Amino acid sequence: MSFLPYAVAAWIVVIGLYGVVTSRNLVHLVTCLAVVQSASYLVLLSIGYKKDAVAPIFDTVRVGTRAVDPVVQALTLADVVVGVTVTALLLSLAVQAHKRYGTLDPEKLRPGSRRG
Amino acid sequence: MGDLAPLAIAVPMTTAALLVGTSWLIPRRVVDVASLAAASASAVLCAFLLHEASKGRIVYWFGGWEPRHGVAIGVSFTIDQLSASLGLFCALLFVTAFVFSWRYFVVVGPLFHALMLVFLAGMLGFGYTGDLFNLFVFFELMSVAAYALVAYDIEEEGPLQGALNFAVTNTIGAFFILIGIALLYGRTGALNMAQIGATLAGHSPDGLVIVSFTLIAVGFLVKAAVVPFHFWLADAYSVAPTPVCLLLSAAMSELGLYALARVYWTVFSGVLDPGDPGLQAVLVGVGTLTALLGGAMCFGQRHLKRMLAFATVSHVGLFLIGLGLFDAAGLAGTALFVVADGCVKAALFVSVGVIQHLRENVDELRLRGRGRELKLTGPLFAICALGVASLPPFGPFFGKTLVESAATDAGLWWVSIVFLLSSALTGGALLRAAGRVFLGLGPVRDPLAGDEPSPDETDPELDYRHDRVPRTMTVPALALAVAGLGLSLVPGIGHRAERAAAQFVDRSAYAASVLHGATGAPPVQVATHSVDAMGVAVGVGSVLVAVALAGAALLRGRLRGSALVSVEDAAGAFLGRLRALHSGLVADYVAWLTVGTALLAALFAATLST
Repeated sequence: MSFLPYAVAAWIVVIGLYGVVTSRNLVHLVTCLAVVQSASYLVLLSIGYKKDAVAPIFDTVRVGTRAVDPVVQALTLADVVVGVTVTALLLSLAVQAHKRYGTLDPEKLRPGSRRG
Repeated sequence: MGDLAPLAIAVPMTTAALLVGTSWLIPRRVVDVASLAAASASAVLCAFLLHEASKGRIVYWFGGWEPRHGVAIGVSFTIDQLSASLGLFCALLFVTAFVFSWRYFVVVGPLFHALMLVFLAGMLGFGYTGDLFNLFVFFELMSVAAYALVAYDIEEEGPLQGALNFAVTNTIGAFFILIGIALLYGRTGALNMAQIGATLAGHSPDGLVIVSFTLIAVGFLVKAAVVPFHFWLADAYSVAPTPVCLLLSAAMSELGLYALARVYWTVFSGVLDPGDPGLQAVLVGVGTLTALLGGAMCFGQRHLKRMLAFATVSHVGLFLIGLGLFDAAGLAGTALFVVADGCVKAALFVSVGVIQHLRENVDELRLRGRGRELKLTGPLFAICALGVASLPPFGPFFGKTLVESAATDAGLWWVSIVFLLSSALTGGALLRAAGRVFLGLGPVRDPLAGDEPSPDETDPELDYRHDRVPRTMTVPALALAVAGLGLSLVPGIGHRAERAAAQFVDRSAYAASVLHGATGAPPVQVATHSVDAMGVAVGVGSVLVAVALAGAALLRGRLRGSALVSVEDAAGAFLGRLRALHSGLVADYVAWLTVGTALLAALFAATLST
């Protein structure tokens, strides 16, 4: 087992969060959120990974062949679906913000920031 | 008969799909009736499940994938008395929310109803599931429906901002949960909670267990809105449509804590000892901070919905203290407190909805004296405020006093003081609002509540003036208040809760019924706690302090020159600084979340690894 994928995942979480915290554009912010999420794909897939193993599709290979764990792949797929839903919802909020206020800057969208 | 469990979720889901699919040909009232019927059917199923669960734990395996030789591969619903009660509570809240929204919206598409039904299905699945990944999926289903519902009035600026802050912070929390679950799967090769718990039990906690526990705990604490993960809550709860507010504040935050307790007791209790003083100290400490900060912020609001949102934060802190005691007595008290407090807070939100319906405003200072004509809502609001201030013998008091005595038994006598302060601050703020709005008391300016007026809360759906309150609004408020305040008067409710809690915390019995098909009835003999003189004294004390706080704020004008005014000015300055921290910027919130996660991880690592 190698620690490299987990270290990379932790790094991705950190840079993704850094992006979210410093973002001045909602589309950029949502993309950074997707970056944070991709760390979870990496963690899931590296947990199921085995060296010199095939994809877990058993109609063409002999029984007993080393295969990677299909459960985490299914989980990753579910995770992708969840991520797409959230991203779509957030982007639609961003579109609405731009339509109504002509800006994507979260600071300018704050209630009260345009008053006075 | 537990085979009916998936139906409680399938009914609202299918109805939601049908409503969206046929939206172009069915009129509004048909949508209303269909969604009310679906929620009621779900509530009936939940009641039935509760009846079944009181005989023994219900374990339902999807697709018949039952465990073989004690190894679970399939996905299960594992329903015990506590989760069944929580499910029934959620379903009944949805029924009241649908009744309330009957006249709340002038124009509403079926999308609102469909989202509400999906929200219900998500909550029920979240409560019933016995599988960790399934828990994550229902968590996301519930959350996404909630984001969309908060943003329902998307033409307004508040909902846009509130939904954005809510969605971004909670999504990060959800990813943390998922990574935590993945790490557990990597360690144990299982996703069923009982199976993971059985595999981990007896080992000593190592780095991986602590990291995954931290990640999962942070995710659920973000949802529950515990300091410093609570910032999103007020932004979201104060802008959502009232029927949604009612559900968010009465059920959703509490579900976050429920999941934390569920995952802890089934998965981690074998490896992170429930008697561990470090674990207890961290959770009770964080709960105390949340209860006091939420209480102070609640007192420092003039926007009524934000005030109730911070009352929710404060109460979540108290719930966390109850769970953090890590024993059945604390859990039983918390469960009763959650239901009673949820109903009372929902009744308060509905009352604010009534005011908003009539006056198109929810600003305490601008509404001064404008609620005088509300002969039913005014007294109801005041009684509920007294209930929040923990007036004996009502429901919230009963739950709180059980938690307090459990804490005293655990050697944490000072928890009673935290409960007193939190109840006094939240109850006092609500009494102050009641006095100002319904009686016209108090000055028109109030430095404690802030100088900046809240934006007009004209409902975009309402473009004509209302001069009377429809019954579909007053009846839910009344029903919720009666249910919440009267919970303590139900005979034997304390004993029932303690049996349910004893069943909940028994990890090996849980594993036996999930993995080996044991029946797992709740224990009959449990230690029963009752209300003692000390508890009544704390309850009465917090009501008195609450009345004094409200009185001091309202009588300000007549106290000019006295020492009290300078005390109030200092408090006002402090609250102003506290309010400034709640900047409304998602970047700040995520920064707090990151810092909080790091701190919590450090605390867990320091206390648990030794």
